[in-house]
Amino acid sequence: MGADTEEYEHYEAVVVGCGPGGAAAAARLADHGVETLVLERGVEAGSKNVSGGLIYAEESAPYTIDDLFPDFREAAAERPITDYYIHNIAGNKVKTYDLTDLHEHDTDWCDAVLRRPMDSWLEERVHEKTSETGGGVLTDVRVNGLLRENGEIVGVTCDELDPITADLIVAADGVNSELARDAGLMDWEEPDEWFQGVKAVVDMDADAIDDRFSIDADEGVAHLFSGDLFEDVRGGGFLYTNEDSLSIGTVFHLDSLVEQRAEPHQLLDSLLTHPLLAQWLRDEYDEREYSAKLVPDSKKVAHREPYRDRLVLVGDAGGQMQAQGPIIKGMNHAVTAGALAADAFVVSQGNADPESAGRRYTKMLEDSGTMKKLRPRRYDLARTVGERDRVTQVVDTVLESRVGGVAVGNPVASRLLERAYNSPFLVSMLPDTATGYVTLPSVIGEEHGRSIHWESEVEPPSLEERIGDLTYDTDVGNPHIRLRDESFEASGAAVYACPVSAEDFGGGCYRAETVKTNGGEETLVSLDTQPCVECGTCAIVADTEWEHPRGGKGVEFREG
Amino acid sequence: MRSIALMKGVPDFSEGAVSFDEDGHLERGKTPTVMNPNDAFALEAALQTRVRHGGHVSGMCMGPPSYTSVLEEAMESVYADDSYLLSDREFAASDTWATAITLCSAIEKYQEEVADVDLVFAGFKTADGETGHTGPQTCWGLEWPIVTHVLALDIDPDERVLRAKRLVEGDVDEIETVEAPLPCMVVADPEFSPTYRKAAHRLTHKRLRAETEARATEHDEHLTTWDHEDLNLDPDYIGLDGSPTIVSSVDPIPKAPSEREATMIDADDGAGLEAVLDEMAAFAGGD
Repeated sequence: MGADTEEYEHYEAVVVGCGPGGAAAAARLADHGVETLVLERGVEAGSKNVSGGLIYAEESAPYTIDDLFPDFREAAAERPITDYYIHNIAGNKVKTYDLTDLHEHDTDWCDAVLRRPMDSWLEERVHEKTSETGGGVLTDVRVNGLLRENGEIVGVTCDELDPITADLIVAADGVNSELARDAGLMDWEEPDEWFQGVKAVVDMDADAIDDRFSIDADEGVAHLFSGDLFEDVRGGGFLYTNEDSLSIGTVFHLDSLVEQRAEPHQLLDSLLTHPLLAQWLRDEYDEREYSAKLVPDSKKVAHREPYRDRLVLVGDAGGQMQAQGPIIKGMNHAVTAGALAADAFVVSQGNADPESAGRRYTKMLEDSGTMKKLRPRRYDLARTVGERDRVTQVVDTVLESRVGGVAVGNPVASRLLERAYNSPFLVSMLPDTATGYVTLPSVIGEEHGRSIHWESEVEPPSLEERIGDLTYDTDVGNPHIRLRDESFEASGAAVYACPVSAEDFGGGCYRAETVKTNGGEETLVSLDTQPCVECGTCAIVADTEWEHPRGGKGVEFREG
Repeated sequence: MRSIALMKGVPDFSEGAVSFDEDGHLERGKTPTVMNPNDAFALEAALQTRVRHGGHVSGMCMGPPSYTSVLEEAMESVYADDSYLLSDREFAASDTWATAITLCSAIEKYQEEVADVDLVFAGFKTADGETGHTGPQTCWGLEWPIVTHVLALDIDPDERVLRAKRLVEGDVDEIETVEAPLPCMVVADPEFSPTYRKAAHRLTHKRLRAETEARATEHDEHLTTWDHEDLNLDPDYIGLDGSPTIVSSVDPIPKAPSEREATMIDADDGAGLEAVLDEMAAFAGGD
């Protein structure tokens, strides 16, 4: 009672977040007999998590998720992805390439997943394992910062618990990691370091999926979409088959969304209502859940030294999200990183230097080849040339000209392009320009595509309906985001880029309002955090004080 | 720490569950029994003690055999290890005095045959009788100290001392901090809220919940029933014969007659809803 004069609670390891990175770290620590406490802010692991979601098991990876959780594929995953296609779209013309070779490169297996069922299953396994070492998993606990002693990180502080000290702190708290920011290892300055994804989980009977995608019950398929259906916004769409649902979403460069003043939910609708999807969606469309997530671009932000004192960063918190051309790999790297961080700690135990585990973890990320995948040197070289505006302009002008059409349009080019798409070497150096995302696919679609004549009868729900279908436990009177600068200049981009806000929509997070001032008019931005899906977009594009809600509060994803 | 949590089954007074006859008398047979809502606070206090200091909690309840459902409910919420039901036709119609005699005898038997008890937790009044007598009378019989209106609780097992913050109601409510030696009876205030600020406590809480889920499904195996012979009680001093309280009459409080006339509108009736809007517009000052 009263002020607690006892010493702080201590655990050998504290893992913050119980997604795949945190789960892998905790499981591996427990395997080594380390007393491990896992703190998860959702009501259940997975309730705060969204991904596209394909999880890869790479042949070259030191750890895959089924190494650590042997029943994973059976119990927690949806369908294995056995076919992989990319569609280059120009209006109603579509040219499809088979990307299965690229998909299968270095791939042991790859499964579609939904994060709520997946992560909650992981949570149970992790709790079983960590309980045996005197720890366990606690949900509804938000770790809000780092505990320091004489300037050195020694533990964590929480909303719901007294401070806790630990010999190792694993920040697996996701793309909006409060710990990475507190440690000065992450900033939220540059939109071009991030992607933003939005997703609809669409209900579909398992038999209907088998039938419409021509697959067996134990098979699954991935489709990617690029071209002019998203206008000039750099990014693309995806469709993955789950057991009895589809994950359909779009991923765009955040800076491009901001530049184009694009509305993410409308871009998703452009995909959902494209005639190409009509063959699969037919006339019944039942959206189970709308969700959104910020995605770090590892090529730019994967931390080369993801540690400070006893803190190590794992997964999205460390920027470990690889866009390998059109194929996105994140969860597999989080698993690898989590397990390596655990191994590094165990090897370094007894070393008086608090940073010895972090240093060893960094070396293991390098030695295992993981860091090379996250930050390919080829990209750094190509980027200096490829991302300069004038180069992009010249390339695009040529591609869009008759010369380009002929060059890309002959049958030899088509085969070469399919091969180029399937080259892990080439896709790893694709520069982030409109050329790869928009111009080239559009030209391919135009020159090689077949016109499709289906009519889409899909009517996606409105943004208001999508928000209405989500589950929230709002922390009334205690908003987790504060707008620091409400001028349109500073924060107006959030009105468009926020996936639950839109121009002329009063029910979203951000609204622009024109107010009369002395002798003039001014456009101001206002914020209501109730519909927030906690993606973090506004933290980057607007001037905010951004925190996660308290444990158990805020949005609760059921599919994820 | 070994604790006993006392509880009582009461009629479910929630709307829709409670049933009255034409004279306004409670129809006990038609109204389901639930755990006295105030007992929940006592159970929270017992659980907090268990989580922080370990030990054993037994639930105890006096009533007909059907009250095992109350003990089962308590096991699920307080993660009690076992349950004791004091049930006998001779106990029927006990007032607070006779109930206290019975409870006191049961706690003494528990101490003699099961284990020494450090704490007895009781709820703050029952929803049906609202006397607030039973707990203090039971404690008087045990010759223990009692701390009532407890808002927060901490125990020093080494010094065998309980420290509590309790609410003192008066012209101005005050909160006083008191100490009492164990064993002791604790009556939790409805404002009592348990706090678990240590990860270790929350992990224990989670473990107890998992263990209890399994235990509660076979509640009967953890239930002990004692009758008046087990407690060595003379029927003349318990039940109706041992109850000095006489309820001379119960006056129903009539409902105030409704003065407003109501017009029922079908929600699907568009014209009807328009009429409602027209009616409301005048009050809203709109058009």
